[in-house]
Amino acid sequence: MEWLRRLARQREFMIAVVVAAVFLGMSFASPYFLSSGNLLALLLGLSVEAIIAVAMTNLMVAGGFDMSVGSVVALTGAATALLLVSEVPVWLAVLAGLLLGAAIGTFNGFIVSKVGINPFVTTLSSLSLFRGLTLILTRGKNISGLPDGFKALGQTTVFGIQTPIIIAVVLIAAGDLMLRRFRFFRQSYYIGGNERAARLSGIPVDRMKMLAYVFTGLLAGLAGVVMTARLGAASVTAGTGLELRVITAVIIGGASLQGGEGTVLGAFLGSLLMALITNALTLLGVDVYWQTFVIGATLLAAVLIDRLGKLRAAGAGRRVRAVPARGGKLAA
Amino acid sequence: MSDYVLEARDIVKTFPGVRALDGVHLRVRAGETHAVVGENGAGKSTLMLTLTGVHRPDQGTILLDGRPVTFSSPQEAVRLGISIVFQELSLVPSLSIAENIFANRQPVKRFGAIDFPELHRRARQLLALFDLGGLDPATAVRELGPATQQVVEILKALSTDPKVLILDEPTSSLTDLEARRLFENLRRLTSRGLACLYISHHLTEIFEIAQTVTVLRDGKFVCDARVSDIDEDFLVSNMVGRTISDAYGRRPDPSTLGPVRLEARGLCGAGFTDVSFRVRAGEIVGFSGLVGAGRTELARAVFGADRLVEGELRLDAAAVAPRTPREAIRLGIGYLTEDRKTQGLYLEFPVRANVAANRLDRLSRGPLMSEARIDAAAEKAVRDYRIASGEGDRPVRTLSGGNQQKVLIGAWIGIAPRVLIVDEPTRGVDVGARSEIYGFLRGLAAQGTAIVMISSDLTEILGLSDRIYVMKAGRIAGELDASVATEEAVIALATGAGAGALGGAAAAPAEVH
Repeated sequence: MEWLRRLARQREFMIAVVVAAVFLGMSFASPYFLSSGNLLALLLGLSVEAIIAVAMTNLMVAGGFDMSVGSVVALTGAATALLLVSEVPVWLAVLAGLLLGAAIGTFNGFIVSKVGINPFVTTLSSLSLFRGLTLILTRGKNISGLPDGFKALGQTTVFGIQTPIIIAVVLIAAGDLMLRRFRFFRQSYYIGGNERAARLSGIPVDRMKMLAYVFTGLLAGLAGVVMTARLGAASVTAGTGLELRVITAVIIGGASLQGGEGTVLGAFLGSLLMALITNALTLLGVDVYWQTFVIGATLLAAVLIDRLGKLRAAGAGRRVRAVPARGGKLAA
Repeated sequence: MSDYVLEARDIVKTFPGVRALDGVHLRVRAGETHAVVGENGAGKSTLMLTLTGVHRPDQGTILLDGRPVTFSSPQEAVRLGISIVFQELSLVPSLSIAENIFANRQPVKRFGAIDFPELHRRARQLLALFDLGGLDPATAVRELGPATQQVVEILKALSTDPKVLILDEPTSSLTDLEARRLFENLRRLTSRGLACLYISHHLTEIFEIAQTVTVLRDGKFVCDARVSDIDEDFLVSNMVGRTISDAYGRRPDPSTLGPVRLEARGLCGAGFTDVSFRVRAGEIVGFSGLVGAGRTELARAVFGADRLVEGELRLDAAAVAPRTPREAIRLGIGYLTEDRKTQGLYLEFPVRANVAANRLDRLSRGPLMSEARIDAAAEKAVRDYRIASGEGDRPVRTLSGGNQQKVLIGAWIGIAPRVLIVDEPTRGVDVGARSEIYGFLRGLAAQGTAIVMISSDLTEILGLSDRIYVMKAGRIAGELDASVATEEAVIALATGAGAGALGGAAAAPAEVH
């Protein structure tokens, strides 16, 4: 029974239970819910954010943060589309899109880890910088007329499942395994747990943080390419607000802004839960304006439940030390 | 009318699953310093939090000037005359001395604007209590040395004009000299009728500053006594419930020491200049000096955490130059930080993750982490170093200071270091765990590791080291053979023997009585 208790303490388990409950409830409440059309549309809808969530989880585990991913999706999508319409070969245009994403990640990572600017401020600047660059490059117009060979990347189906879903699932499985089992990614948890201690433990903190941003930029680039292929056009407003959805999913999945915790599976379940709730509200005929509100409530509920659990755990270990920082301000 | 300004009777306080205080008594007279001692987990902190209104006792009475009181909040305890100075500094570094002292209680003019002239006048009055009347109260706290910051912290507590001042480990970030200066000032305050409740792990301090003492063990009252009637052995045996003999273990015969393991020649870097020293295999070499003498800076540079600008480092006769801690660890050099909470431990992680942190590569198979190897390493550390880790995966934040330190020591001994630098290895650690840590270090040295011990605790330096280097202003001021070294000799080297250097971190004029 020990394994069961251990399982029950995992955040993923808690969300999985909630996801299952919504799933079960909805399958009774709506005849359309369980149709493969509805479920595939739901997964397709979250595939772009799920791809980015894989890298964002690693970044947030290491105590980092990236607000610019939505803009990177738009810019890499637009850049790839621009190359394609000027008849650059598909493979080269895709590669360029991915490299552009990685380059932006390198830029963010350099400013955060080498210059030492706060990740929020850095990537908030990037959010505007690269959304702006998208508008400058495209002169504010969407780009369509992309070759079929490229659109196939986002529109082909394998056993009835669209490629974006397959890409997302493969990345989630690989990402979850890497963060759980690989020594390299285990270092991210230490960096997020205590950056200064991690340095003294011999963990290459700067290099790891840099790579976490590069990885996030790269997957945002991939998401941009996949999204453009799926839509068959690059939209200048693509990915608007996406960063917040991704970060919300990662936090619902068990990560925190302080770092040191979180899993890719949890982030995926968080993303799935948000999509399910939106889907359920639509199917149940609830006014569409409620959707955003309910997402907010879900995030708040997830972190509150987490806090309660931690307080209870701390209660048991109270004997040792419970000195509050006086005044509740910055304790030196 | 009561003899005691503060009295606690039969205090009981339970937390889920733990009886943290179980019938504790405490009696404090006005004008005296009363020490409370006990190992970590003995209930000192809980008792203080109960006396300051943070916790409410389940049973028992608190009397202030003989009248029973109950505190509904910490603010009410302050209003009734009990102020506490916590072990960890709670100052806001960017704000001025005056604003820190009067946080949230600044005198105001119309429309709520802060009356700065009045604020600074009051701050100056308080600073004068500690002979710092010349210090500008508008100075930002971050510009002050640790000793002066400590004073600001105490003034913050004194600014509410308390009857009882509680000090929790006030000397943990001070050198011996700075501590003595603090004691002088405390004596002056108590001579004016203030009662001082003093918590410390340093028993020598208690004999220096306190008149009476209460001993707690496992949440229970053991005894109280007049300090003049007892000695250190009495306190220790009452605290741990057994007798600890020969805390430092036996020094090895110098002829049994191995060859020179680490040799430094002419090291220069930020905070230290032209430092040369050598440590033999199996030797424990103490580094003494004032805070700011450059010892930690030197250690960090040897470990690759900071830049070594110049000089030569030889490990087992081979020239080495670790540029990062990672490289140092690969060479077999370990560094146990002086600040376990902010730079040593991963407080939210369990013991196993902490023990594994500095040797992830050894605890994995190829690129994959081996959970089995991590578990084995953690079990070994818990067993070998007698870490009371609690059940399951509790974060190390919930462990006592001594156990936390043992986790760190376990992690560093775990890399099987050729050289281990330990920086303040027993800071904030209770007496029992302290002698255990000395035993672990002795044992490690006996296996051939060269140990460099930086410590501001003179008794520890004299008791555990085989040889002592004293640093002053970034340079080696002298080398002493520990078997003949005395406290006076070390202090003379650390200060350059000039009385003018005794002033501590702030430029404070010497007290004249």
